[in-house]
Amino acid sequence: MTTSRYLPLGALAAGLLVLPWLLPNSFYLDLAIRMAINAIIVLGLNLLIGFAGQISLGHAGFLGLGAYASAVLPTHFGWPPLAAMLAGMALTGVLAALVARPIFRLKGHYLAMATLGLGIILNIVVRNEAQWTGGPDGMPVLPFEVAGLTLSRDWHWWWLVSALLLLSVWMAQNLMDSPFGRALRALHGSEVASRGVGVDVAGYKVAIFVLSAMFASLMGSITAHYVGFVTPNVADFFHSIELVTMVVIGGMASVYGSLLGAVLLTALPQLLATFEGWETVVFGAILMLCMIFLPKGLAPTLAARFGKGGQ
Amino acid sequence: MALLEVSELSIQFGGVKAVQAVSFSIDAGMIYAVIGPNGAGKTTLFNLITGVYAPTAGSIRLDGQPVHGLTPDRLAQRGVARTFQNLQVCMNMLAIENVMVGAHLRLDRSLFKAALRWPALRRADAALRDEAAELMRFVGLAQYLTARADSMPYGALKRLEIARALAMRPRLLFLDEPAAGLNPKETQEVDALVRRIADAGVTVVLVEHDMKMVMNLSERILVLDYGKKLAEGNRDEIRRNPDVIAAYLGAHA
Repeated sequence: MTTSRYLPLGALAAGLLVLPWLLPNSFYLDLAIRMAINAIIVLGLNLLIGFAGQISLGHAGFLGLGAYASAVLPTHFGWPPLAAMLAGMALTGVLAALVARPIFRLKGHYLAMATLGLGIILNIVVRNEAQWTGGPDGMPVLPFEVAGLTLSRDWHWWWLVSALLLLSVWMAQNLMDSPFGRALRALHGSEVASRGVGVDVAGYKVAIFVLSAMFASLMGSITAHYVGFVTPNVADFFHSIELVTMVVIGGMASVYGSLLGAVLLTALPQLLATFEGWETVVFGAILMLCMIFLPKGLAPTLAARFGKGGQ
Repeated sequence: MALLEVSELSIQFGGVKAVQAVSFSIDAGMIYAVIGPNGAGKTTLFNLITGVYAPTAGSIRLDGQPVHGLTPDRLAQRGVARTFQNLQVCMNMLAIENVMVGAHLRLDRSLFKAALRWPALRRADAALRDEAAELMRFVGLAQYLTARADSMPYGALKRLEIARALAMRPRLLFLDEPAAGLNPKETQEVDALVRRIADAGVTVVLVEHDMKMVMNLSERILVLDYGKKLAEGNRDEIRRNPDVIAAYLGAHA
């Protein structure tokens, strides 16, 4: 496992390095950046859903929290963007920790409903607090600036996001192959057995939920600065569903599956643009076919087909 | 002093008195068996002692310390391990990882060190992997060292649970029907395994229907019927006890 895991990581690094030179124009670079951002979000969500076996249908809410922290704090209060980003993560972490204890007493459908409700509440807050957030119209976000350097060109963003993606993949793999990660996967497999060997099941669920939420908040901030504008859509229910779909299509509990799911589902709407108004229908049909024929998700199915390790 | 002292232990589910005022004690180092007809309350008794249920009345003492009402993870900290009648193996993991989870409480569980691949943590994990492999060999799972748990047959999974429990380095090990569903050869192997575990200094409590195994292994036997203690004693006393014979073979036997 130790040697084989650096091979795909190296391949990913090489791919990220040469990709900008292969892309014909800035439209594709923009698409690639959005794919990479989604890949990181989905990876964080997969730790919660795929590895620990808990569902969150409100993850876009946390994304929105980060995005709006990065929009509101520098614009209205003159905070430096980095401080706003960290404040967003901290706020998200505290909120996630506060709601996690009662939420994780629930299981299955009930957990899904509770996280769904949380996401909707966050979305309503950004829609209604118009004097701060611009309401449904959204608001512009100041450029990301740290120590006198401003990230303005798409290039800068590509390198930043690529570095973050590599770091996330490396850390996610480390985490899942550690005592912490094994405890998470074990409580997914059998809560009764995990408790029996001394795992504080509730504590671990809260920890991974908070971690995953803070991760989403960070990426929300980055998205906001990259796009330069934020609307409540970033925090809406459909975005949460889209993220969960990326996890499921790519492959639960699969690190590279998360990347695959994010890349494919970010690209798919572009490819389907020719269907003019019917693209949502085609999108839905493709998802249904995936679930019928590849219920374990793309990456694990392909890995099993070609006889390689799934993670 | 006894390692485990149970006195007047009772639990009620609605109107059902599943365990009623059961008392017994277990000395360190022995193999102790709990037997009884189906529905006698054996597994419920196990679940009470291992913290899955909280008793309605009565007390449980481990080394003289009251432990009733503690959750399973707290009891695990005090050296109580168990296996399950209906398998509780993590099918989403490798077999050896299941065993490694057993050592959870002995490990550095820091999230940050884990994410950053902290060298000391990696070294401890590598040592643990060797230890887990050793335990798998000990229980007779040498051919499954690289297997996924969901690819293993039933008999092997039962032993995997035992290996996981042993990874906790328990003082007190509860085995809930370790031979259930096994063929005679496998039963014999489990029989020998339980003996070796006890020889290693672990106090073993087992619930088992296989009378040959119970009579062969146990130094003391507790018989439950309808949630009550019917008899307790060594194997000869139990074998000759008229109440036990009646409960097992029907009152007219």
